[in-house]
Amino acid sequence: MPTLSDLLQFLFAGLTNGAVYALIALGFCVVHNTMGIVNFTQVDLVSLGGMFLYSALFLLGLPMPLALLGAVAASALSGALVERLGIRPSRSDDHLVLIFLTIGLSVILRGVMKLAWGKNRMAVPPLTADEPIRLWGATLLPQILWILLLTGGAVLILAWVFRRTALGLCMRGVASNPAAAAIVGIDGGRIRMVSFAIAGGVGGLAGALVTPITTLSYDVGVLLGLKGFAAAILGGFGSFVGAIAGGLLLGLLESLAAAGLSSAYKEVIAFGILLLVLFVRPTGLLGKRKG
Amino acid sequence: MTPRDKILYFLRLHRTGLTVWLLAGFLLAFPALAGNPYVLGISNLIAVYLIAVIGLNLFIGYAGQISLGHAAYVGLGAYGSALLTIHFDLNPWVAMAAVAAAVAFAAFLVAIPTLRLSGHYLAMATLGFNIVCHTVMTQWDQVTGGPSGLAGIPPLSLGGVSIDDEAKFHYLVWSFAIVVLTLGLNLARSSLGLALAAVAQNETAAESLGIQVGRAKTRVFVLSAVLASLSGSLFAHCFTFINPDSFTIFNSIELVTMVVIGGLGSIWGSLFGTTLIVLLPEFLHFFDAFRDIIHGLILVTVLILLPQGLVSGLRDLLRIKLLAGRNNA
Repeated sequence: MPTLSDLLQFLFAGLTNGAVYALIALGFCVVHNTMGIVNFTQVDLVSLGGMFLYSALFLLGLPMPLALLGAVAASALSGALVERLGIRPSRSDDHLVLIFLTIGLSVILRGVMKLAWGKNRMAVPPLTADEPIRLWGATLLPQILWILLLTGGAVLILAWVFRRTALGLCMRGVASNPAAAAIVGIDGGRIRMVSFAIAGGVGGLAGALVTPITTLSYDVGVLLGLKGFAAAILGGFGSFVGAIAGGLLLGLLESLAAAGLSSAYKEVIAFGILLLVLFVRPTGLLGKRKG
Repeated sequence: MTPRDKILYFLRLHRTGLTVWLLAGFLLAFPALAGNPYVLGISNLIAVYLIAVIGLNLFIGYAGQISLGHAAYVGLGAYGSALLTIHFDLNPWVAMAAVAAAVAFAAFLVAIPTLRLSGHYLAMATLGFNIVCHTVMTQWDQVTGGPSGLAGIPPLSLGGVSIDDEAKFHYLVWSFAIVVLTLGLNLARSSLGLALAAVAQNETAAESLGIQVGRAKTRVFVLSAVLASLSGSLFAHCFTFINPDSFTIFNSIELVTMVVIGGLGSIWGSLFGTTLIVLLPEFLHFFDAFRDIIHGLILVTVLILLPQGLVSGLRDLLRIKLLAGRNNA
């Protein structure tokens, strides 16, 4: 029988993973809203965040805050490059083609990371010293607080950009009607590139934050990223509130399932729940119904 | 008509059937030409994949749906055959049929809720199903042997002859592949094939023409799952050893790559795409580190330049060139 402190422990773990899934889910949603596709390179942008943090710390010798900032910026730049060099030349508006295109680009990115950083697992240090904090019998790593804090900050900044800036208005315009947006002079290509950059930024932040508590390797983002996708789907694809709710819900359910049932089948439970939700509500929990 | 016209007309009328016979004739002679078990092993692998790829192409290319989890059905076929023959001593043919029937039923059950989903939701559901299957294969080690997999799967036998070397397996697996190829070519021209093409273009319009969209999608999904399961069973009996690494989402993506490179909806394209992707590592021995990058680059280049696939795309280009030439003359 799990005690209260055990339960609290699992709650923290679930919230932490949930926050990371929510960040990745936001990246999926931003690109979906401007282009209408699933961007599978999102999973590699998460790995890239961890990789850039590693290189900034150990290759360039930067202090942690600068390294984290650099990693996020470099991931955002990678996202923009993926759109400019990989997606835009296709000039296709067939969603099937575009989705397969992002799958191909994702294969390339993983190949490049394998070449640049090797196949071995690496360790990244957490943001601040590893002294666990005790809280009602549960132990709490400072990194977990950082994850929750920075995720919250990123969500607020994104919300501000989307609601209060001209850029956000343009992005919402393209999302709601690309043709009308083009008529009033919004450069759709630039907006799509910015949305990929935002996806890269939040993905990179998620990667840089989570790799100290997992490990870092060229494919660490795949499972994390797909769970982020699952979170976005769970919340109703395209809805930002849904993405955050879906992420936290998925993280908590996964953690509680691992506690109550079996941690080996964590993945089965997470995706099993997702499939069940989709079967009951084919457009996710907060998604709009068609028609 | 002159006799020459008659022959040309006959060739034109029966071009698809004649090409299939030509391919079959070539494959009949192939073991004598290849002479090397290693080459035969690779061509057998092409045939095994081809069966699953044609099934997947019917689902993606004709019906316009997304599946990023077909390796799961290949895995179910492989594990089903392996478990039934190792633990229950069942005849491999009976096992293959039983597993295919079970997978068909499972796919039918999965299809009812899944095919209501569209686009991204379907992509996620199929991916999720693949991850669930792979995790079970890896974790349930009392039954599946865990990450190290199952060994000692008995070879197939036909009329008392055990099919235990590459040449014998060549004839068996390519017979399957040719039958599936013919099935695919014919299905495209059947009422189901036409219905699926309509569904791919516009579901509402298809429905208004009296096509039962859900039923058409379910049928092609079940068919493609059964073909994947057969491919998995043949895979298991060919290599007599399987482990979960062959049935990950990356393998699903590889299957999709084969479909896309050959061309969505092109059965001959699937033959080409499968051959290319299976052969690629053989040519890239020296560039093993670049393998993923080259794989991805091929997929991306084809999608950007010829989104309808290499085979259909080049054929269309050629046709346009010829027509332009004729008009200028």
